[in-house]
Amino acid sequence: MQKFTKQTLTFFPIFALLILAVVSTANAAPAQPKQKNIILATTTSTQDTGLLDVLIPLFEKKTGYFVKTIAVGSGQAMTMGARGEADVLLVHSQAAEKKFMADGNGVNRRLVMHNDFIIIGPPADPATIRQSKKAAEGFKKIALSSALFVSRGDNSGTNAKEKEIWKAAGIQPEGQKWYQQTGLGMGQTLGVAAEKKGYALADRGTYLAMKKNLGLDILLEGDAVLLNIYHVIEVNHTKWPKVNAAGAKAFADFMVSKQVQGIVKSFGVEKFGSLLFFPDAGKKVEDLGK
Amino acid sequence: MEIIFAGIKQALSLLVSLDPEVMGITWLSLKVSGTATLISLFIGIGIGTAVALTSFPGRQIVVSLINTGMALPPVVVGLFVTIFLWRNGPFGALEILYSPMAIIIAQAIIATPIVMGITLAAMQQLPRKLRLQILALGATRFQMVWLLIKEAKLSLMAAVMAGFGGVISEVGASIMVGGNIKGYTRVLTTATVMETSKGNFDVAIALSVILLILAFAINLVLTRIQQRVRPR
Repeated sequence: MQKFTKQTLTFFPIFALLILAVVSTANAAPAQPKQKNIILATTTSTQDTGLLDVLIPLFEKKTGYFVKTIAVGSGQAMTMGARGEADVLLVHSQAAEKKFMADGNGVNRRLVMHNDFIIIGPPADPATIRQSKKAAEGFKKIALSSALFVSRGDNSGTNAKEKEIWKAAGIQPEGQKWYQQTGLGMGQTLGVAAEKKGYALADRGTYLAMKKNLGLDILLEGDAVLLNIYHVIEVNHTKWPKVNAAGAKAFADFMVSKQVQGIVKSFGVEKFGSLLFFPDAGKKVEDLGK
Repeated sequence: MEIIFAGIKQALSLLVSLDPEVMGITWLSLKVSGTATLISLFIGIGIGTAVALTSFPGRQIVVSLINTGMALPPVVVGLFVTIFLWRNGPFGALEILYSPMAIIIAQAIIATPIVMGITLAAMQQLPRKLRLQILALGATRFQMVWLLIKEAKLSLMAAVMAGFGGVISEVGASIMVGGNIKGYTRVLTTATVMETSKGNFDVAIALSVILLILAFAINLVLTRIQQRVRPR
């Protein structure tokens, strides 16, 4: 009996802790009405720059919704939307978005903001793309000099833009020795490019956020093709009845509201010394960058 | 190199200042992985003991399956749990994808075969005559199994440690089924991945150090229980 008590005494605190853990986990998900949850599928750049960390709490406080932000590439975000597994998308992959809308997967696609893509590379610039003004010309030079190019290779918005530029340059980079695909997010891909002293296409936001550790320079910017445009899309709830249509609309309205557009306008200035995104709600895509 | 020291310094300052976000993430990791381990103990020790003490046709295949399950890749578990929990999937009505509950389920699936496999090996290692001896002394079947489990305690504690170690350190399933949602499903490993991709290496190292401290503390407690001198 003595033995039994001693053992029980030691085991008790552990079991108590574990039971407490079970109970408090159950409490961690408050009993809210089901439609309180909104699944936002978005690109990694909006999370990695910290913009969503500012906007989401504000939205939740204002509306009482709970936003589940799933940061993936734009390609995956749209796949989730097309399967009805997300309520609202914040993405930046124009051609894929148009197809998404044409297939009847989304409703009410609205322009939110833009920034731009930049071609970055080692300061020594072995392919001498610094002198080029056009992105396609820069890519051509990289191919001709067989300088290392590091690609996301993950169907993200950035990757889609990169493929578009290769196509415009008339070059098929896949399979080339100087062309490497990481299959990783923007931040990690920039890390790879920095280590290997390669060129890469990046969104300005993520580059600025990571600049301090990279040692890579902006070598080509300002070409109209390099515009990086973010749209918010509500997933079509007639196609997928489980989609939280009201929540999706509330979030989309919030993203184009005056308040958010004002926050976007000043976001990043303090931390990174320059704007990360330009607010565009209500504008037309054709008028951007002018 | 100096970035590692900066990270360790930051870890200590986050711990000393009890940074609420880091504390929340740490507590969630502990809760989620602790619960998953507990679930895996019930299922793993239960089935592991049953398989160890019985013989039936196809037993070797079952044992092989359990041992293969010990190497179950977390991303594969994450992928399947995601598909099952999709709102338009078979368990969609539960609405638990991207919640701590989803991570617990995935981690329990990862830990269960680990606990089961080690339990199986531990119970089979006990001398067969022990069972006969216990029964001969008049024990019921249930008492016999309980005594055998106590006899294998040393190995079973190793199973607990291996199971817990497997899930507290995994990231593939947690990020897929949990979604790394701030203040809700962000655990130490997924936060580390995110901070790394943001380029905040110092914060990432700090989180890693906290994870290691946590794992060490838990294992210290479990080891103390395991290594206690058995009263003779």
